Amino acid sequence: MSGLSDLTATELAARLRADEISSAEIVDACLARIDALDERVHAYLTPTGELAREQAASVDSRISAGGAPDCAGIPLALKDVLSTRGVTTTCGSKILETYVPPYDCTPWERLREDGGVLLGKTNCDEFAMGSSNENSAFGPVHNPWDLDVVPGGSSGGSAAAVAAGMAVWALGTDTGGSVRQPASLCGVVGLKPTYGLISRYGLIAFASSLDTVGTFTRSVRDAAMLLSVIAGKDPMDATSLDEPRRDYTVALNEPVAGLRVGVVKEAFGDGVQPGVRASVRRAIDRLADLGAEVGEASLPHTDYALSAYYLIAPSEASSNLARYDGVRYGLRVDGSDSVEMMTRTRGAGFGPEVKRRVMLGTYALSAGYFDAYYGQAQKVRTLIIRDYERAFEAFDVLVSPTSPTTAFRIGERADDPLAMYLSDVFTIPANLSGMPAITIPCGLDDKGLPVGAQLTAPVLQEPRLLQVANALEGSIGFDARPPLLAVA
Amino acid sequence: MPVEIDIEHVARLARLELTDEEKDRLRRQLGLILEHAAKVGEVATADVPPTAYAIPRSNVLRPDELVPSLPRQDVLANAPEVEDDRFRVPRIAEVE
Repeated sequence: MSGLSDLTATELAARLRADEISSAEIVDACLARIDALDERVHAYLTPTGELAREQAASVDSRISAGGAPDCAGIPLALKDVLSTRGVTTTCGSKILETYVPPYDCTPWERLREDGGVLLGKTNCDEFAMGSSNENSAFGPVHNPWDLDVVPGGSSGGSAAAVAAGMAVWALGTDTGGSVRQPASLCGVVGLKPTYGLISRYGLIAFASSLDTVGTFTRSVRDAAMLLSVIAGKDPMDATSLDEPRRDYTVALNEPVAGLRVGVVKEAFGDGVQPGVRASVRRAIDRLADLGAEVGEASLPHTDYALSAYYLIAPSEASSNLARYDGVRYGLRVDGSDSVEMMTRTRGAGFGPEVKRRVMLGTYALSAGYFDAYYGQAQKVRTLIIRDYERAFEAFDVLVSPTSPTTAFRIGERADDPLAMYLSDVFTIPANLSGMPAITIPCGLDDKGLPVGAQLTAPVLQEPRLLQVANALEGSIGFDARPPLLAVA
Repeated sequence: MPVEIDIEHVARLARLELTDEEKDRLRRQLGLILEHAAKVGEVATADVPPTAYAIPRSNVLRPDELVPSLPRQDVLANAPEVEDDRFRVPRIAEVE
């Protein structure tokens, strides 16, 4: 099984421009793949095939007329926490099962204006809380590399869709690793840009000081191309940075010789699977072969980042999720007064992980405990940022595994929240510090599951980050595909 | 040592109805998670300032101009119950 929907957006854009193919044909290829596989993968919650066909037809005439943007006609998927006007947006939660947003999130608005074509809304952990996609109220996503293992989370549907050719590229969100970890586990490229670079207007909030929109693509160049469309200042989001919209593909091919690459020594400890360690080590050797100066870097507070994250993120979540009260949208379960109505609504509408985090956050913020938990976690956040500042005095980019393990079996960690949280131990620090980070596939382990290498750069150094990732990607030449695609 | 939590109190603060089984499970799990999370206390000393946002911004203002809001009907379309262009809710106060 191989076709148009397996190509990179870069290749497709060139062929669209050369009039060799149409957007409608790419859409048909994606929809055929969804028909063939999604019953087993379950990447999509709300497919929008009909809308995609309409959008493709209109963009095809725009491309023929000339002057259409590069991303015009490339079909995409959006994680179901990103608001889409007129298209159900559930956040993977029963409490929003019937919610239809009255407006578009800014990233989709920008893509739509540039000729983006929407294939559907993808499955995810409820309110983006999870590392396996098992917390979706609508059932788990299955990893295209092995249907018995998780795709990672929380943006597991977006990762699986891109890995299986059910979308050319996709957007997700990354609060503690929710783009990079599933991208790593599904063998695709996952970019989490600098905090505030992409507008979050219309992104349904989980933890506001950490939430970032991110991209799933088949190549680093595609990530740069997609970022160029959606990044940059948005007056609708007060936390968006004063960055202009720019072309992130221009510096991609700059050589990396002489750049300083720091290997994070804390990220190669006992908890890291040997297959992951070996694969990422080989990637580091390739960077040295490309002429980069490779040395050892240290982020001494890495161990504490997870603890800080699991206080800060639930605290912010408990506050953000207070809006689900059965008054303005979503589920309502009746009660004799408003408080009883709200309490019942939330009890019936939220799943176990969301309840766990709302309770954890409410406790950490409650009178008498605030200083010991949330206050201390914020201090650790300062220490994490200082670690990075020190490391970036000596290095241009840092490298580590993206996740300590490859994809694990569905159900394996479901009853052990702490084991599940460990999945994000190497991705969380970039959220706490706001730094941009990217994962690229660097090999397969002995079970045939993908391993990801993570690169991290200082705030707003996306061009440098993408440049190194692009060179490394070219050197690795990862071209393995999920066995599922070989069958048909 | 796992942290002891008054689950009933926290659930009331969070406006969250929980079954007895959920309370038992959360009491156990949150105790263990908080024991792990309390590690932050080992390194967060008095001389370290807290960070709320990694890239702080302040006084982000827009021009004070009238702009159209979302159409009322579109917004009310998602409401569980509507009356006279307003969100209708159950009783919120005692009536004498």
